[in-house]
Amino acid sequence: MGEINLDSMSNEYFDVLRELGNIGAGNATTALAQMIQCKIDMSVPQVQLLEFKELGEAMGGEEVVMAGIYLAIDGDIKGSIMFLLEKKAAKHLVAKLMGMESESEDLSEMELSALQEVGNIITGAYLNSLSSITNLTIYPSVPDLTVDMAGAILSVPAIEFAALGDRMLMIQTQFFDEMVLDGYFVLIPDLDSYSKMLSALGISM
Amino acid sequence: MGVEIKVGMADLNVCVSPDRICTLGLGSCVGIAVRDPVTKIGGLAHIMLPDSTTIRNNSNIPKFADTGIEELVKQVTRRGASRARLVAKIAGGAQMFGFSSNSEMVRVGERNVQATKKKLAQMRIPILAEDTGKNFGRTVIFYPETGDFVIRAVGKQEYKI
Repeated sequence: MGEINLDSMSNEYFDVLRELGNIGAGNATTALAQMIQCKIDMSVPQVQLLEFKELGEAMGGEEVVMAGIYLAIDGDIKGSIMFLLEKKAAKHLVAKLMGMESESEDLSEMELSALQEVGNIITGAYLNSLSSITNLTIYPSVPDLTVDMAGAILSVPAIEFAALGDRMLMIQTQFFDEMVLDGYFVLIPDLDSYSKMLSALGISM
Repeated sequence: MGVEIKVGMADLNVCVSPDRICTLGLGSCVGIAVRDPVTKIGGLAHIMLPDSTTIRNNSNIPKFADTGIEELVKQVTRRGASRARLVAKIAGGAQMFGFSSNSEMVRVGERNVQATKKKLAQMRIPILAEDTGKNFGRTVIFYPETGDFVIRAVGKQEYKI
């Protein structure tokens, strides 16, 4: 099995990863719509291979406050996955879910816990579709949630990518209900898992 | 007031008073500011990983604490700072998430701070102040004029070290 180098990835691999991202985000959107029981549309996800310097810009600024849900994955595919949502969008989603709007700027314990559940369901749906397409097992860990600056949250997956190369693969999805909710998925498989995913889909190395 | 120079992730730059230099949203990465108090020439590095020698693909010099600090010192002295007078301030190295699996990667903030201190000690550059660890992100702005290292975090008053 050949080794994948993210810095010199061919268009073919990139297209496959884009398609995986597309399907994963589609499933996640469906799960989200069922959870808050309203129709949610989704834009075609943008898959970007970004240099570390460009990460902040791509998310609308390093200092934008976001909610990040992060979990480790094990099984045939190892690594981690992160889902990010702007704080405003996160508050909106949680208000929908709990059927009430909160007054405060900050997220209460209750809202944080609801948000963690939202993240759990979204990443779960994403990973499920990835697992069933590739026929590979994926076991997610308990998710962890933090609300902080985009740059600081993204430093965690960026550092994992940094051990492998100089760019990071990010999938941006826009959800719409009454408002636009920008969501970002970052899937961080280790190098072996990239090869496994691609060969499971019949792409030869 | 001068201009603001921006340093990205895995990046570094030199800054001369009256300009200021910043890096936004440090998480587990570490920001290292150095300064010659006499010439007021300084610089800032934003490193992501502790050690270039344990990674095969290590050509990106500012990405690592060891090679990044060496390069930062090289660039500020080339600009006219005295190597012997250099002093440092450091910030960052937070643990953004708490879960216990994948522990080596979770602890990377702490390891980045350790590697940064080790490298600065090796190069005999004293650390005047630090704001490291904990569990929150930091934006840092360094002023070579005064040596102030201003830190901004979500839900906190701006402070300086």
